[in-house]
Amino acid sequence: MPEGVFCNKTPVSTEEGLLALLGDKGGRQYYDEMSRLEVNKEALKATLDKTCKSRFRTWLEICAHCGLCADSCFLYLVNDRDPEQVPSFKIQSTLGEMVRRKGDVDNAFMLRTMEIAWSKCTCCNRCGMYCPHGIDMGIMFGYLRGLCFSQGFVPWELKIGSGMHRIYKAQMNVTTEDWVGTCEWMAEEQQDEWPGLEIPVDLEDADLMYTCNAREPKHYPEDIAEVAILFHITGEKWTVPSEGWEQTCLTLFAGDWPACKAQTENVYAAIERLRPKRVVGTECGHAHRCTVVEGPYWAGRRDGLPPAPYLHYTEWVAEALRTGKIKIDPAKRIKEPVTYQDSCNYIRNYGLSEIVREIMGYLVEPGYFVEMWPNKEHNYCCGGGGGFNGVGMYRKQRNKALLTKRDQILATGCKLVVSPCHNCWDAIRDLEEEYEIGIRWSFLKPLLIKMAIIPEHLLPKEEEEEE
Amino acid sequence: MYEFLTGPALWLTFIIFFGGVVWRAVWYVRGLDWQMDRVAYGYHNDLAIKGALKSILHWLLPFGSRCWRLKPGFYLLFFTFHIGLLLVPVFLIAHNVILQERFGISLWTFSPRVADVLSIAMLVSAVFIVLRRIALPEVRILTTFYDYLLILISTAPFITGLLCRFQVGGDYHFWLLAHIITGEIWLIAVPFTKLSHAILFFMSRAQLGMDYGIKRGGKYGRGLAW
Repeated sequence: MPEGVFCNKTPVSTEEGLLALLGDKGGRQYYDEMSRLEVNKEALKATLDKTCKSRFRTWLEICAHCGLCADSCFLYLVNDRDPEQVPSFKIQSTLGEMVRRKGDVDNAFMLRTMEIAWSKCTCCNRCGMYCPHGIDMGIMFGYLRGLCFSQGFVPWELKIGSGMHRIYKAQMNVTTEDWVGTCEWMAEEQQDEWPGLEIPVDLEDADLMYTCNAREPKHYPEDIAEVAILFHITGEKWTVPSEGWEQTCLTLFAGDWPACKAQTENVYAAIERLRPKRVVGTECGHAHRCTVVEGPYWAGRRDGLPPAPYLHYTEWVAEALRTGKIKIDPAKRIKEPVTYQDSCNYIRNYGLSEIVREIMGYLVEPGYFVEMWPNKEHNYCCGGGGGFNGVGMYRKQRNKALLTKRDQILATGCKLVVSPCHNCWDAIRDLEEEYEIGIRWSFLKPLLIKMAIIPEHLLPKEEEEEE
Repeated sequence: MYEFLTGPALWLTFIIFFGGVVWRAVWYVRGLDWQMDRVAYGYHNDLAIKGALKSILHWLLPFGSRCWRLKPGFYLLFFTFHIGLLLVPVFLIAHNVILQERFGISLWTFSPRVADVLSIAMLVSAVFIVLRRIALPEVRILTTFYDYLLILISTAPFITGLLCRFQVGGDYHFWLLAHIITGEIWLIAVPFTKLSHAILFFMSRAQLGMDYGIKRGGKYGRGLAW
C-alpha cells in the first residue's frame, strides 16, 4: 500500500486530521498501515545527497569498529550487553546501510530502522564522548529520525506531537486563549497568599521573558504559579508572551525538520516583538536544547545564538542565589541525603554541571549532597530521553532502560532526587511507579519556595497582623 | 625492479598519498555545513579553537581521556600499535640513508635495535587487536573482512621489513622488494580506505571539539569533559 489514511509521508497540519489520528487509539490502524507503507527511494536518495554531508559520511566511513562506544551506552549495559545495542552497530546497520545503499531500502528495513532510532537511542550523546574519532552517534540518530519521518516511519505519538506543533505551536493542544487564561487564573489564585503577584502578559522591554513547556499550562499550572512567586520574591520586571511561550519542540524528537524551524521562529518572534533584556526558560532540558542550543540553527541564525541571552532556569536560580535576590533560610535547608539528576540536554550538551552544584550548595546542608556515579557530563540518560517516555509501543524497552537510573539512585542511598528537567522528572516518577524503591523527586521551584526567606513587604497583611 | 620501485613507483606513491590526504582534508572542510551540523563555524573563534585543540590533545596524551583511563589494556595496545606504525618508517636509519642518497637530507634516526623493538611491539599489539576483535562480542559484531584487510595492509610492511632485516631464509632481496611493495600499497591505501583516519581523525576530533566549544558548554569552561 503506498500511503495509509493515518500513516503516510504527509505531516498532520489540520485540526481534523489531528483529531482523527488521535482517535486511532494506540495507533492500531496507523501501525497496520505502516507495515505496508512504501518507501519513496528517489526522495530518500535526494535527501541523502542534499543533507548527508562530509561530517556524517566521514563518521560512517572512519568508524574503526573498535567497540569502545559499547560501554558508554546505558542501553547496551542495561540490556545485558546485547551486541546489537552497541552504538556503532546501531548506526552502521541503519543510517550507514541506508547511505551505502543510496536510499534503496524497503519497508522492512525502515520498520527496523524506526525501532532502533526511537527505542535503542535516546540521543543523549554520551557515546560521542567515548569515541576516539569523536563520532557522535546521538547526532546521527537525530538526523536518521528526520529521514524516517520524511518517509512516514515515525511512532504514532510523535506524529501526533509533530501535528500539535504544526497546529497549536505547542506540544499539546493549548491555544493562546488557554495559555493567557491559565496565567490570569494562576495569578488570581495566588492573591491571598501573595498579594500583588502578577503574571504580566506581553509586557514590552521587560528584564526577563519566561517561556515554558506546554505541559505546565495543560497539566501542572501550579508550576506557572511557582515561577510567578519566585519572580515576585526577587522583584523581577518580567513577562510571558501570549504567542511564542512554548519552548519545547516534540518535532525535534519526531524528526520533523520544517516544524522545528517554525517552532523556534515562533519563540524568537516573541523575543523580537517584546524586546526583553534576557529570556529564561523552564526547568526542561529538552526545551533548552530545542530553543537555545539547536534553535538558532533551525532559525537560520548564523552566529548560533538566540535573539537575546537565553538562560536555562538553573542559570537564573544560581544567579538569584548568588546575588542574594533569593535568600535561603538555613533552618529549612535539605537535611537528608539528596542527589541530583544531571540532564543530558543542559549538562552534557550545554555545560551547566557546576552551576547546578552551586545551587545545591545553597539548598542542601553541608554533608548531605550525594553525587550519582557517573555524574556531570558523564551521567547516564534518565532512561526516558529523546521521546522514549512518550512512545507506548516501546514502553517495555523504556521500563528496562529505567533500571540504569534506578540503580544509580539506589547506589547513592538517597530518598530524594532533585531533577530540574521535565523529561528526567517523568522518567524518575515512572521508575518509582514501576520499581517502587521509595524515593521522592522534585523540581527546583517548589524547593526554593519552601526554603526562601520571604521579604516582609511581600507577606499578606492578615498574616502580619496575626503575627 | 628495485630502481623502479624506489624511483617512479615511489614518486607516484608519494603523490597519491600526499595528494590524497590533502584532498580528503579539503573535501571534509568543504562539506561542513554550519546549519546542518549546527555549529557556528567562523564565530566564537576563541571557544572553537580551544575546543578543537582540547578535543585532539586529550586523545593523544597518555590516558588523557576518560575512555582511555577506563580501558588501560586496549589503550596500551592501541598506542603501541600506532607509535610503531608512525615512528619506525620515519626515523628508521635505512629509510634515512635512502633520503640522504636521493635528496641529500636526512632526519634524526634511532638505532636499528630500537626500530626492531618498536616494530615487534607493534606487530604483537596487532595480534592482540585481532584477538580482541574475535573474542569480544561487542567488537565481533562490528568487525568485517575489511577490518582484517586493513590490519593486514598496515602490518605487511613491518612483517616484510623485519624479515628483510633479519634476512630470513637468506633471501634478502626478495624481502626487500616485498617490503617496498607492501609499504607502497599501504601508503596508497591511506586516502582510499578508512586508513584516511590518519588525517580525518584530526578533522573529526577538531569538529566535535568546536561543536562542544561553541555551543555545548565551552563558554562555561565545560563541554567535552575528560
